[in-house]
Amino acid sequence: MKNDKRKFSGAERTAAYAMLIALALVFSWLEAQIPAFFAVPGMKLGLTNIVVLIALYRFGSAQAMAVNILRIVLVSVLFGGPWAMIYSLAGGMLSAIVMIILKKTGLFRIVTVSIAGGISHNAGQIIAAMIVMNTAAIAWYLAVLWFTGMLSGALIGILGYEMIKRLPERVFGKGE
Amino acid sequence: MDKKKMWTKGIKRDILLLVFLFLTGAVIFIAVIFGSVRGNFVKVNVDGRLIAIYPLSENKTVEINGAGGTNTLVIENGESYIRDADCPDRLCVSQGKISRRGQSVICLPHKVVVEITDENGNASVSAESDADIVVR
Repeated sequence: MKNDKRKFSGAERTAAYAMLIALALVFSWLEAQIPAFFAVPGMKLGLTNIVVLIALYRFGSAQAMAVNILRIVLVSVLFGGPWAMIYSLAGGMLSAIVMIILKKTGLFRIVTVSIAGGISHNAGQIIAAMIVMNTAAIAWYLAVLWFTGMLSGALIGILGYEMIKRLPERVFGKGE
Repeated sequence: MDKKKMWTKGIKRDILLLVFLFLTGAVIFIAVIFGSVRGNFVKVNVDGRLIAIYPLSENKTVEINGAGGTNTLVIENGESYIRDADCPDRLCVSQGKISRRGQSVICLPHKVVVEITDENGNASVSAESDADIVVR
């Protein structure tokens, strides 16, 4: 945030991060309430990814990663278990890394970045499952989840974009 | 952020990347479909260890003792599925019937993998060999 005239205090920043993580928890809870009507196991909307997008585009890469890791750990402790945490971490980290790199190139818009993030999230989870379960048999799911990842990534990207441009500058910075 | 009149600026790059991603997905999909041959055996793994192999041709119901619970495996008319399980999510039950080589039903909480294999009892259809089939 080089061109910010006004400096953010540490407390303001902390509050903003806390808000994002709280939002991630709400989204996770909300998503857990949606019954598994999706035909494909493992297919998710990935609402919480909006939070990572916001952190990435309004604060920066390191902040996005921090928010991402914190929300995964918290959500896993609250709603999941140790196994859920491993899969979420694998998917969440890969997706965050991919999105950070794509954003850094400065070539792509938010929706595109989010789509790549959605795909890599699913791919990361499947790779983790392959390692944990010691089987390549689930490559089958990758074929399907690749496209569901694109779909949910697009949706989340549009929602995220609309949110990112509306969030108040006072709290969330100017972004880049 | 660009304003309205500029919204198409650089959209070609986005479209290119999206087309690339779509094609990559399509290649994976085709690889999996082409690699799907009807299997002959059902292989049961728990925690990465082979527990049992059953022929798909024989109707059968088996209780699998997974890590921390049981899954009821049914083999019926050349297809296999998990009918019941005491895992919390029961995703394995909703994964449906499988009959093609390399297909699997997985119960993550119990670390149970039910997999369709070929005659040799090898689940040789991995992601790599699928790709090979398509390339050659």
